[in-house]
Amino acid sequence: METFEVIQPGPLTTIQDLGRYGYQQYGIPPSGALDDYAFRAGNLLVSNEESAASLEITLFGCQLRVLQDTAVAVTGADLTATLNGSPIPRWETVPVHRREMLSFPRLKSGCRAYLAIAGGINVPRVMGSRATYTKARIGGLEGRALRKGDILRTAAARPLTRRARISAAHLPAYGSRIELRVILGPQDDCFTEGGIHTFLQSDYTVSIQADRMGYRLEGTPIPHRRKADIISDGLPLGAVQVPGDGLPIVLLADRQTTGGYTKIATVISVDIPELAQTKPGDQVRFRRISENEAVTALQEYERKIQTAKNSSA
Amino acid sequence: MIYDEPRFLTGGDRAIFVEFGGTIDPQINRRVRNLALVLQKEVVPGVIETVPTYRSLLVYFEPRQINAQQLRETLYRLAQSPEEGELRKPRLIEVPTVYGGEYGPDLEFVATHNSLSIPEVVRRHADTPYLIYMIGFIPGFPYLGGMSSKIAAPRLTTPRVKIPAGSVGIADRQTGIYPAESPGGWQLIGRTPLKLFAPTQEPPALFQAGDYLHFTSITPEEFTRVREAVTQGAYSLKETTME
Repeated sequence: METFEVIQPGPLTTIQDLGRYGYQQYGIPPSGALDDYAFRAGNLLVSNEESAASLEITLFGCQLRVLQDTAVAVTGADLTATLNGSPIPRWETVPVHRREMLSFPRLKSGCRAYLAIAGGINVPRVMGSRATYTKARIGGLEGRALRKGDILRTAAARPLTRRARISAAHLPAYGSRIELRVILGPQDDCFTEGGIHTFLQSDYTVSIQADRMGYRLEGTPIPHRRKADIISDGLPLGAVQVPGDGLPIVLLADRQTTGGYTKIATVISVDIPELAQTKPGDQVRFRRISENEAVTALQEYERKIQTAKNSSA
Repeated sequence: MIYDEPRFLTGGDRAIFVEFGGTIDPQINRRVRNLALVLQKEVVPGVIETVPTYRSLLVYFEPRQINAQQLRETLYRLAQSPEEGELRKPRLIEVPTVYGGEYGPDLEFVATHNSLSIPEVVRRHADTPYLIYMIGFIPGFPYLGGMSSKIAAPRLTTPRVKIPAGSVGIADRQTGIYPAESPGGWQLIGRTPLKLFAPTQEPPALFQAGDYLHFTSITPEEFTRVREAVTQGAYSLKETTME
């Protein structure tokens, strides 16, 4: 069923799900929503499977015409969404009707908004996933970002019996200064003690080179013991790569699957959404935690999503 | 150098590296690929996927199903597994390649740089079987080992903006094939009509880590013919099993 027509795509609007797994051994990154929390919350609000394909809308300017009565939820960044010019709430089920115009005119906070649509966006799965990886033209709509005139189709949805919202206690705040928790390694031994200290004590600024592949940061360089290069190995989500210039790069969903620079630490998975909502100029600090603390943080995160669901019923 | 015991390195809360040695070495790489194969057969609940590289295996896991300590113990045990049958007999795959001309604009430079004739460079490049240590970086890109240092050449000082898919290049002591059109700084010596990456095929990459590649020199006419066959899905890889 044809549900939306793209009137204006905005700078980067892509179809994403929770990612493509099993193909990194062939050089294909997982892709998927950068902000896992906002993405899953959106699907909960329209009674979809949590991995149903949704739109990831970067910055502002996206405009969609409703072709079919349905229900949506806008989560993530505050792009001052409006329906026929009137503001609509985020983190809440919103019924939309044929001929209405859904717009995301202005960025107020965060960087990426998600539009979950009842039933989920229906595009063919490529290697088991609907996530768009534009670099290799895989997934989504012809492997590319949305364009003016594109039609979004959705699968038939269960009728929504009631509107739901994510409770206030479960709403993230997107600040311009964030702290990311890291586990040191795999190559922390390639850095001097002073280098590790610099990494953990400095404020870094998100540079203009920040996209779905990774975020390059600017600030105090982190000195290596000897070389910045290693024999290429795998690159986990959140890996903090430090090339020869000493400036960290945090790798995200569309990262290259392998790389040859030293990795000082890895940002824990539950802190990735916060980074994904920062934009150039925002400040980042790293805090070291243990493996066990990371497990506790993940349990808390999952419990939060679980109870967000309950409170939305 | 192979470590006496595999080293476990942390990759955050959802990934563990199992590192078998400190150098680029076919023996070390075999251990890596063997563990990847073992994990394909002996399914460990909570393991999501693995990425074999030169000397380590990156194992992604779901911490809600298996904790890191349990996983390290399991991986330590599985790393001792005897070699899988598939590992012992790698494939040797022919990569038809047009050398020089518009297909390999830097062939002459590589020859001059090494004080060799052009046919001599081609002979040295096409004569050797290359081990695919890993696939990575971008979809379908094979990291090859075994190129003669006599045909080594530095990267371009200014990378090209666009390199055609299938280009065969040299960068320092490495040789490789670009799976898709992309920017790049390698010296281009030829081009193959093979398609290294096809997202709708299973597996999507033409080659796999552990295979050996063997370049053979073809004419532009043969290139057109093979390209045609590849496009129509009528080309079958020329491969033999190595003993």
